[in-house]
Amino acid sequence: MRIAVASGKGGTGKTFVATNLFNVLSRRGERVTLADCDAEAPDDMLFFSAEKVRETEVTHQVPVINKDACTWCGRCSRWCNYNAIFYLPNAKVIEVIENLCHGCGACSFACNSGAITEKPVVLGAVTTFSTDVGSRVVEARMKVNEMSPVRVIKAAIKESGDEGIVILDAPPGTSCPFIQTVDKADYVVLVTEPTPFGLSDLKQSVETLREMKKEPAVIINRADIGDGCVAEYLEKENIPLLAEIRYDPAVARIYSEGRLVTQEIPAMASLFEKLADHISEGYGTVGQNIRPTWKWR
Amino acid sequence: MEVAVISGKGGTGKSSVTAAFATAGDRLVVADCDVDAANLYLIFNPEHGTGQSYIGGHKAVVDHALCTVCGICESYCRFDAITEQEGKIMISETSCDGCLFCSRICPMNAIKMVRSDKSRMYSGSFRNGMMVYGRLAPGEENSGKLVSMVRDEAKKAAGETGMKIILMDGPPGIGCPVISTVTGVDRIVIVTEPTMSGLEDLKRVFEVTRKFGGEVGVIINKYDLNEAMADRIEGWCAALGSALLGRLPYDRRVTEAMIAGKSVTEMFPDAEISKLLKDIWNKLITNGKE
Repeated sequence: MRIAVASGKGGTGKTFVATNLFNVLSRRGERVTLADCDAEAPDDMLFFSAEKVRETEVTHQVPVINKDACTWCGRCSRWCNYNAIFYLPNAKVIEVIENLCHGCGACSFACNSGAITEKPVVLGAVTTFSTDVGSRVVEARMKVNEMSPVRVIKAAIKESGDEGIVILDAPPGTSCPFIQTVDKADYVVLVTEPTPFGLSDLKQSVETLREMKKEPAVIINRADIGDGCVAEYLEKENIPLLAEIRYDPAVARIYSEGRLVTQEIPAMASLFEKLADHISEGYGTVGQNIRPTWKWR
Repeated sequence: MEVAVISGKGGTGKSSVTAAFATAGDRLVVADCDVDAANLYLIFNPEHGTGQSYIGGHKAVVDHALCTVCGICESYCRFDAITEQEGKIMISETSCDGCLFCSRICPMNAIKMVRSDKSRMYSGSFRNGMMVYGRLAPGEENSGKLVSMVRDEAKKAAGETGMKIILMDGPPGIGCPVISTVTGVDRIVIVTEPTMSGLEDLKRVFEVTRKFGGEVGVIINKYDLNEAMADRIEGWCAALGSALLGRLPYDRRVTEAMIAGKSVTEMFPDAEISKLLKDIWNKLITNGKE
């Protein structure tokens, strides 16, 4: 079963929830994998000491144009939907702008004179780690200065498989990288904060997920910093509230140092134990109508 | 002058800082480039606005009446978007990259490309100038293009009104929309927080700004959550020759102001954080060089 931990707004506590939930489930001896799908800002591994098992580069195929064989017909440039082939026939200029190329392969098919070959370009890497209790962390890491993390995210999800429980730590937002991650999830937990910004982004996430026929559950983090707007919205929309986590400087401090609160604060450990129970109970049978059996305040 | 506020890590306080800057001085144009999670309009309620639709990327759709299920499209698609299910060619909207390759090679011309027009861009006036923002439809790609459109509109608004400063609230991360936000701007403000994640993400986004953007300064927000970590970030900034613009304390009044639909500088002008933010803003727009 795959559980995605996501949020529209950044910085609400996705990584906090995903890493601590993973920690509790691994300590119980569950077969569990944590996939860090926030390939633009992967931070999950800051919280674990784990051994690198393997690293795979994620590449795509970018065209290489042989000008000697080129007949200057311009078909490759016309077939490219990303404006990645700059073409000036009179000046005999034809250049591939690699940063714009999505690696779809249309240009090499379009070329009638065999002037286009392809070479791999690295977009990022997927790395698998093994923790001290033998659980897996799979990290998607996009290379800096690349445009899109989507291929790297897809590769990481594939690598993490679907055996046991797989926790997907999703990227923020509701665009393509988010969709790619939650699309493969059986269950989506949205982490939000009770502020106008949090609510606005939560609504957008819920609407997006509902379009995808997925019903999320919500965790309100820093539950006492804002107002009641999020709780009201959840009530109205009949969205289960899994937990409310109060703001605590001690928690923030432990997190800031790359440590796990479930290892250090008993109340937090018990909160995540309950969350883990809830997920284990539903394990294998989780459908779209899951409702929480408990609430922590 | 264009100033972009970005962060790498989400939730460090970009939008709150931007809101404070936008109300700290002269009238200006504010552009919300976080088109994936636009929030500033909640504080500025832009009025007399105009909306325009933004035409997003292509998505492939099969006409099953024409399709012979030959499978050519499936074999050429490099985005794993096309599968044969129960004797039908299915194209996953979430995986389709919009390259048009399948529609070009389909011998039956059975694949049409459609474009979404659900994304929007709005512009209007707010209490301290003009505001432009984009809202990307869920699941859309090409957010970088919508960011460019927002920036163009902001430049137009600045030209028409004679306002000298464009202040941009950027998206989190380091991908296409961030690159679109910082490319060619005069000043970049990176808002970070004193956590390991904050530092890691700061390093990555800093590398992006070196390739694409202008002069960079760093704000450590909520520095008192972990002062040792704040020192570490400050040391890192010094080592890389990036200016530290300031440290801001954690202050719940920032959230209180947000709930009231105001910036912290508007609602609590005498708070320490408001004074710090005003100072940083004044320095940024006067010389910027420290």
